[in-house]
Amino acid sequence: MNEAALIPQLFKSEYRKIISVLCKLFGIVHIEIAEDITNDTFLLAAETWGSKGIPENPTAWLYTVAKNKTKDYFKRHKTFSEKIAVDIKLNQSQSEEFEVDLSHKNITDSQLQMIFTICNPIIPPEAQIGLALRILCGFGIDEIAEAFLTNKETINKRLFRAKEKLRTSTIKIELPTENEINARLETVLTTLYLLFNEGYHSSTQKTHLRKDLCLEAMRLNYFLIENKATNKPIVNALMALMCFHSSRFEARTNEIGEPILYDQQDKNLWNDELIAKGNFYLIQSAQGNELSKYHLEANIAYWHSSKIENPKKWDNILQAYNQLLLIEYSPITALNRTYALSQVKGKKTAIIEAEKLDLTDNHFYFSLLGYLFTDIDNAKAISYFEMAQQKAKTDNDKTLLNKKLNDLKAKKNS
Amino acid sequence: MKEFMMIFRSEINESFGPTPEQMQGNIQQWMDWMGGIAAQGKMASGNRLSFEGKTLKPNNVIADGPYAEVKEMIGGYIVVKATNLDEAMKLAEGCPILSHGGNVEVRTVISING
Repeated sequence: MNEAALIPQLFKSEYRKIISVLCKLFGIVHIEIAEDITNDTFLLAAETWGSKGIPENPTAWLYTVAKNKTKDYFKRHKTFSEKIAVDIKLNQSQSEEFEVDLSHKNITDSQLQMIFTICNPIIPPEAQIGLALRILCGFGIDEIAEAFLTNKETINKRLFRAKEKLRTSTIKIELPTENEINARLETVLTTLYLLFNEGYHSSTQKTHLRKDLCLEAMRLNYFLIENKATNKPIVNALMALMCFHSSRFEARTNEIGEPILYDQQDKNLWNDELIAKGNFYLIQSAQGNELSKYHLEANIAYWHSSKIENPKKWDNILQAYNQLLLIEYSPITALNRTYALSQVKGKKTAIIEAEKLDLTDNHFYFSLLGYLFTDIDNAKAISYFEMAQQKAKTDNDKTLLNKKLNDLKAKKNS
Repeated sequence: MKEFMMIFRSEINESFGPTPEQMQGNIQQWMDWMGGIAAQGKMASGNRLSFEGKTLKPNNVIADGPYAEVKEMIGGYIVVKATNLDEAMKLAEGCPILSHGGNVEVRTVISING
């Protein structure tokens, strides 16, 4: 492998490790110094490896350079080192000579603590996702901008404000206490869930980027599973959910990135390995009494990932949606629940319930009504699909609705 | 939106002993009905009440059971959100208890804090 291919790869895997260790060492107040040193390390790699060739152990090379650059920084900025030396002595009471500890254990601990530091409710969820992508996933600003369908400037501003907030609130980089951990985990899981959804439902056409976002969410979630303190049933439930969803990645878009609806997907393209992993984590999540929204969503995803038609499928899905709504209302859950109801009790019952929902700003609401009235009152179905089309925002949604309208009109005329 | 409490009452039936399947079916009926209210974003909270309970009376007299000396017993309650009592009554329609000889009492909730 040449250095042009190796460096981006190492950036993805090592950037987060080095920066987490440095942040932990300096404190979040000096996150920008940690970023500068880490960036300089990779810059130097790009410069020297191109001319002198790739070192034997590139990762060790990066770690040594990061250590030296930190030492240099301390020498050059005396005031900084005096200020920070107090804190570092507290952390490293044994050694007189200060040392950047890039051991496997410290890397793992620091990364886990950074997850809790970044996924902090004092900064807005979007900023948490952005910072997580930058610091914990080694994403470039341009990639983050693409994922959020915005420009680099907006993302830079957002990240700057978030870091400012963390600094001024003097958040400590540490693992929450036993008593706090469940509440804090909830914020972390929400961020991972949003990150995954950003990838899964993102409107960007770049399929590889969308997949990357999902994979990063899963990687961070796996990190929580690997650590005893955070390996809770609810964490496994979210992991199961992500595995089931991502098992359909290859089947849900065609070559040009257009969506393929669930019913029309080639089940042979579903990833059996991910479905098996989903089943594994779903079983792990069943320990204890907690039934979170992730448990229920994983349960629904489990039924959707089964390749064999089971007569109890929709009964189970409906019950899970009922429970989900009792935990937390959302318009999309209400719509999905009504669809499930139509599968269990028939379209006529579902129409009565759908008409009570009053979600008239949501184009999915009109799509659902269009579906429910199909073959019951096709004229009504057409007018609902037309309303949905007027409200649909993305080209993909509009194309799908167009197909449905054409099918219905053909049916009406035949 | 105001809050309304729905209180579910049914007659005490000493010989009440449903099969597990009947129990399961009953739970599903309740969940479908409550899910319908929750799908409208109108569910505030709710709980089922266990058969176990005692009643405290004046002079520290304790009676066994939550239902001493009454014909009906409260099986549970939910709190819903609605603009007025009529709308809350509409939400009560279809409650499974109605087909099992019980009734739903709908009351306006008045916050203690004014």
